[in-house]
Amino acid sequence: MTDTSPAQKRLQPGISSGGFDLGRLLLEGRAFFALIAIIIVFSLLSPFYFTMSNFLIMSSHVAIFGLLAIGMLVVILTGGIDLSVGSTLGLAGCVAGFLMQGVELKMFGAVLYPSVWVVVVMTLALGALVGAVNGVLIAYFKVPAFVATLGLLYVARGIALLMTNGLTYNNLGGRPELGNTGFDWLGFNRLFGIPIGVLVLAVVALICSLLLTRTAFGRWVYSTGGNARAAELSGVPVKRVQVTVYVLSGMCAAIAGLVLSSQLTSAGPTAGTTYELTAIAAVVIGGAALTGGRGNVRGTLLGAFVIGFLSDGLVIIGVSAYWQTVFTGAVIVLAVLLNSIQYSGRSKRALAGNGNSNGKPAAPQQGAKA
Amino acid sequence: MSQSPISTGTIGEVVLSARDVSKSWGNVHALKRVNFDVHRGQVTTLFGENGAGKSTLMKVLSGVFRPTSGEIVLEGQTVSFQSASDARALGISIIHQELSLAPNLSVRDNIFMGREIQTITGVDYAEEERQTRLLMADLEEDIDPLTLVEDLRLGQQQIVEIARALSINSRILIMDEPTSALSATEVEVLFKVIHDLKSRGVSIVYISHHLEEALQITDHAVVLRDGTVTARGKRSEISLEWIVRNMVGDNYDLGSPPTGHEIGEVALFVDHLSVPDALNAERAAIDRVSLSVRAGEIVCIYGLMGAGRTEFLECIAGRISALGGKIFLRGQDVTGLTIGQRIQRGLVLVPEDRQRDGLVQTMTVGQNLSLASIGAFTRGLFTSRSREQGLIGKAIVDVRIKTDGGQAAIGSLSGGNQQKVVIGKMLTTNPSVVLLDEPSRGIDVGAKSEVFRLLSEGAQRGLAVVYTTSEVNECLAIAHRIIVFHRGRISAEFTSDVTKEQIMAASGEAVAA
Repeated sequence: MTDTSPAQKRLQPGISSGGFDLGRLLLEGRAFFALIAIIIVFSLLSPFYFTMSNFLIMSSHVAIFGLLAIGMLVVILTGGIDLSVGSTLGLAGCVAGFLMQGVELKMFGAVLYPSVWVVVVMTLALGALVGAVNGVLIAYFKVPAFVATLGLLYVARGIALLMTNGLTYNNLGGRPELGNTGFDWLGFNRLFGIPIGVLVLAVVALICSLLLTRTAFGRWVYSTGGNARAAELSGVPVKRVQVTVYVLSGMCAAIAGLVLSSQLTSAGPTAGTTYELTAIAAVVIGGAALTGGRGNVRGTLLGAFVIGFLSDGLVIIGVSAYWQTVFTGAVIVLAVLLNSIQYSGRSKRALAGNGNSNGKPAAPQQGAKA
Repeated sequence: MSQSPISTGTIGEVVLSARDVSKSWGNVHALKRVNFDVHRGQVTTLFGENGAGKSTLMKVLSGVFRPTSGEIVLEGQTVSFQSASDARALGISIIHQELSLAPNLSVRDNIFMGREIQTITGVDYAEEERQTRLLMADLEEDIDPLTLVEDLRLGQQQIVEIARALSINSRILIMDEPTSALSATEVEVLFKVIHDLKSRGVSIVYISHHLEEALQITDHAVVLRDGTVTARGKRSEISLEWIVRNMVGDNYDLGSPPTGHEIGEVALFVDHLSVPDALNAERAAIDRVSLSVRAGEIVCIYGLMGAGRTEFLECIAGRISALGGKIFLRGQDVTGLTIGQRIQRGLVLVPEDRQRDGLVQTMTVGQNLSLASIGAFTRGLFTSRSREQGLIGKAIVDVRIKTDGGQAAIGSLSGGNQQKVVIGKMLTTNPSVVLLDEPSRGIDVGAKSEVFRLLSEGAQRGLAVVYTTSEVNECLAIAHRIIVFHRGRISAEFTSDVTKEQIMAASGEAVAA
């Protein structure tokens, strides 16, 4: 009875595993197959869908959600949730816009025009700050993640509205005589024919993937989400990990805010509203468990592409916006359904391998955290 | 218990039986054509190692699982349960090995969960509370019905679980490891309750790893090994040796204190340590306790539940911060350090509840083993896969974990092997002091003796070992020194030539036990 069966092994999600099995491929690769199916269906329905230019346009839309989703993934892996990313995105865009307009220094009677890299650094710092507030509230003051980040969702949105008085910053292009041009580079330019936003997503995804699979921090993230008590007793600095993941998530949101406002060359205070939900959906479609400990960057990226390619495809074939919402919702529900099949199958098999039913995961603190 | 008999019929006749019951999941055969009888008004004990299929059989009998083949006969009639509530409706209830209480609800609400006493105006909480108080009085446990279950210690939670099963007035009561978290006094009370139940005609199925304890109350014994019944007999026909022989096929020996190695310098010195109570931070669970342990020495801490053993170890390891006092590791003050810093300096804890505090269920066996030593296979920024594999492979061999390899899911291992993973994880950090809180809880005799052998071997290499236990036998196994805790203080200290009676007297238990 102490033997393990291959069935349990192959359902252990994670970083690497060998062997070939069709059932596992279909279940674990469901986001990939969904993406292929979406591309095939829309290519048949519209002659414009399967073109290079369309793919590039759709990908730059995906970049925004993808950046948010990767930050969200890191948080969800620890068993948390970050509802504030949409607002952080909006706030980051507004702060970038504000800085690009020039900062008036009354004392000196002058207007300071920071160069673009200063704007980028300050915006990232802002995202990190929002994340740090989330993280400290959650890790040290034991505020449930849902509530803390919900609070920040409102606060960040409110600050963005206050800053702009509800209006939108336009003209983010900068002026050559002020030395602050180049902001639109992120959103408009291409490198080797690929939009910069997509490249930014690729770089962030690569860094996060390395972070999660190849560093001690990554292992800390997975163990904190899997069983925070056990992780703590194994010497994992659980509280620091929790703060760090929210900081990372906030920075990802700030990057997404920069890319979006650059794409639009304008920054509005309501940008990114409800994007946090899209990001969560992408993470879930990508196979991560909301209870923490399971999921990876590859899946999340696929999830973001599924959502992006689906909604853009529906626009292209002219389906009404109302129906788009219905379709997106159905895809999310289906994904969660498959997730629960995957993970409940796993624990049942573990149970079978062990007459003492130790397959039951016992992590009582997770329920309280969510 | 003052209720009238709830079951009529001849004492000793078969009331419930499993006929040729098999249960498999795919290729895993947990039970193979098992025949098992439950006798009216008597205790039938099911013996077997972890993974022998005991819990599976009990879950089949109580309707949690449906058998793959075979049938269940209740009072001469073939029955087929669709769910546990079907079985409960026919008077069969089960106390699970893993607690199935809602921690966020009160004791009262847990006991009446799903069968609340309804009146026109809603739930009759006063009546529920009154009945809960009566149950607690029967069990001689001072638990307020309105306490939240999450605020209770593990042993008290087990009492609540037992109380819930008693409150249903079952005619067949299945107890799967009911005593694993109970102190000797509480076990006595439980046995008294079992005698009362028997006299009311209730049939009891009992599972326990405490073989001697189970022998005290059993009328019939059935031994299960690898999903098949290997032996059965009446109390008069069986003995401890008979059970163990049929369970494992070799001798039951937990070892003896290792000798022939040098006892070194003081590795751990605890100076007047006070630890706050988990429920009431004002109160001290541990009151100014001092202890020193030398390298190569094995110290056993014995005590009743609530004596403060867990708090003591958790405070030394850094999970709980001390109210007062200092902790020195090889002369170095570690009192203010984090858990991680203490692990780096060589002080580790193997926690009591391996599911809750020991294992990360979402990770593989290998990732669990390497979790506390990530630094050892990190070079610069990145972890080295090959170094990690080396570390995991060595741990699996050293601790003798039966697994397909590091990639296997942690849930696929038996309880004993899971415990070895938790111990292996901590030994992989190359500690100089290892604290183990109830390392033998819920694992079979074979795994127990392996765990104790590991500790002996560690001590011979110069490791300072401190372990706690609730079984007097295990105190006398490998410990050089036995410390008895009573109400947060050390009440006695013995060398390995002490008798069981002396230990139990010092812990505040009845000598008669």
